[in-house]
Amino acid sequence: MLIGLTDIKKIYEVGTVKVPALKNIDLKIGRNEYVAIMGPSGSGKSTLMNIIGCLDTPTDGTYLLNGTNVSEMSDNQLAEIRNREIGFVFQTFNLLPRASALHNVELPLIYNGTSASNRKKLATVALEKVGLADRMNHKPNELSGGQRQRVAIARALVNNPSIILADEPTGNLDSKTGEEIMEIFETLHDSGNTIVLVTHEEYIAEHSDRIIRLRDGLVERDEASVN
Amino acid sequence: MNIGESVNIALTAIRANKMRSILTLIGIIIGVMTIIAMQSLITGLRNSINQQVTILGSNVFQVQKYPAIQTGQLDKKYRNRKDITLEQALAVKKNVTSAKAVGAEVNTWGRTIVYKDKKTTPNVLVFGTTPEFLTNNGYEIENGRFLTEQDVHYKNSNAVIGVDVVEKLFPNENPIGRDVKMDGQRYQVIGVFEKKGQVLGNSLDNVVVMPITRFEKQFGKWRSVSILVQSYTSETYQETLDQTIGVLRAVRKVPFGEDNDFEIFTNDTLIDFFDNLTKYVRIVAIAIASISLLVAGVGIMNIMLVSVTERTREIGIRKSLGAKKRDILWQFLIEAIVLSEFGGIIGIIIGLGIGKLVESITPVPADVPFGTVIFGLVFCSGVGILFGVYPALKAARMDPIEALGFE
Repeated sequence: MLIGLTDIKKIYEVGTVKVPALKNIDLKIGRNEYVAIMGPSGSGKSTLMNIIGCLDTPTDGTYLLNGTNVSEMSDNQLAEIRNREIGFVFQTFNLLPRASALHNVELPLIYNGTSASNRKKLATVALEKVGLADRMNHKPNELSGGQRQRVAIARALVNNPSIILADEPTGNLDSKTGEEIMEIFETLHDSGNTIVLVTHEEYIAEHSDRIIRLRDGLVERDEASVN
Repeated sequence: MNIGESVNIALTAIRANKMRSILTLIGIIIGVMTIIAMQSLITGLRNSINQQVTILGSNVFQVQKYPAIQTGQLDKKYRNRKDITLEQALAVKKNVTSAKAVGAEVNTWGRTIVYKDKKTTPNVLVFGTTPEFLTNNGYEIENGRFLTEQDVHYKNSNAVIGVDVVEKLFPNENPIGRDVKMDGQRYQVIGVFEKKGQVLGNSLDNVVVMPITRFEKQFGKWRSVSILVQSYTSETYQETLDQTIGVLRAVRKVPFGEDNDFEIFTNDTLIDFFDNLTKYVRIVAIAIASISLLVAGVGIMNIMLVSVTERTREIGIRKSLGAKKRDILWQFLIEAIVLSEFGGIIGIIIGLGIGKLVESITPVPADVPFGTVIFGLVFCSGVGILFGVYPALKAARMDPIEALGFE
């Protein structure tokens, strides 16, 4: 088991009102699974993704990631876990606009103290994996949307994380480019990566092996994908 | 996180906002420039004065009727003093046992020297002195010889002349052995000084030196004599000073309990006076610079706050990729430091440039005030840290989820 969520609760306090975003989530995701998390807005899927991605901690419950209890870690410890265990792919790519593709991919390595020459080597390898070896020195605004998302995937891969966590990765792309990106995820899954995909598009979710549907902060259904 | 990376980020950010950065830096540039330009000129002046004063030679002090530096009207207290005479100088020479050498000198300015049909401009400085003059004032003989005890004793009409006088009167001749005229009286040139150069625009080579006894015969005895006393070592210096004061008080019959009726002038006197004089200039300049640096610091804080807000998303991205609080803190702190150092370096360059400019159009020399340059750089880092820490903390404390969602 790679991800083990037990009795996870997340309650936001808005003024004096307590708003429960997640109520009692129990979830287990194994190594090399390809899981899609679905749900309408307000269902708690963003909150769940933030917790799985160690950007946030639950109000209550335990989260075991790769055997480590991360539910009560400090901000700095979480930063380390994110760096080591999680590779994020965002809907809006979230690349640094002034940095080259190569430098963007190097970023996670900067924060774990990899030497400059190794950073360059590893980042180049990651960019080759997503087929962007010839665009390494381009800035994000010189790349197409699909290319930007591939840079972001290379960045997510570069540290060999336990999970690739993709939040609406095709949301800003046309459907053809979206399909290309989904093919990359497929390849990554085939080569042994664990992928957690957050989406509200049924046809995107169908690329996965397992679909977890959330509603009102609870797991509504958890079933194998029909593909 | 490594500093090289932070510096790179900082330089990229500054380059991306050139106009904004330069406007922010004007305060720092003006502050640093003011201090450096002022310090450059004060250091230049001080070094030049120091050079002139150390011409007195090591362990030498000078006794004279008037203070070394007079400002404004000559005080009655000084004018009513008895002149110091050659006899008093000789008494010092005879009785101050710890002195290595005791010389006496008087001078008159604005004399014309004539040789055949050639004459100097009427601005030659003429000294009447003793053989000790040479070491006490740091002159060297290039040609011929200097005055001897015999010259002084027999009031010989001998003269040693400076290079400027040689150039005017003897452009193509060896001056040694020639007779020159001054105020109708005839002197034989027995030696020529080595070139000594200028101090604050005044040539030290436009001089004629003759025996003090001969000087008094021509120009009268009414001038107060300066006594130059050299001690053997710096350890005996104080003893020599005390002995000299004692002897002079005795021969000048100063009553017990009253102040000396003469002034002691040492190598440090002029420098002390200069430092005192420039102290206020420094304080004012430092005050102006401090205010402009304070304002500049607020400007830097403001621009860093803007930068942190603008780059909220970048902060979110970096945090999601594993940047810790201290990574973000350092990134923005180093950016503030790089920004203010950038201004500091520009300020130093302009300040030194102003110093050089003043040097080239006035006789005031400029010098690179290394201490102040280092101080300026350190101070700029201080300004960067002081005013950069709040924006950097703000950045470091951002919540990654909120920062990522920032539009």
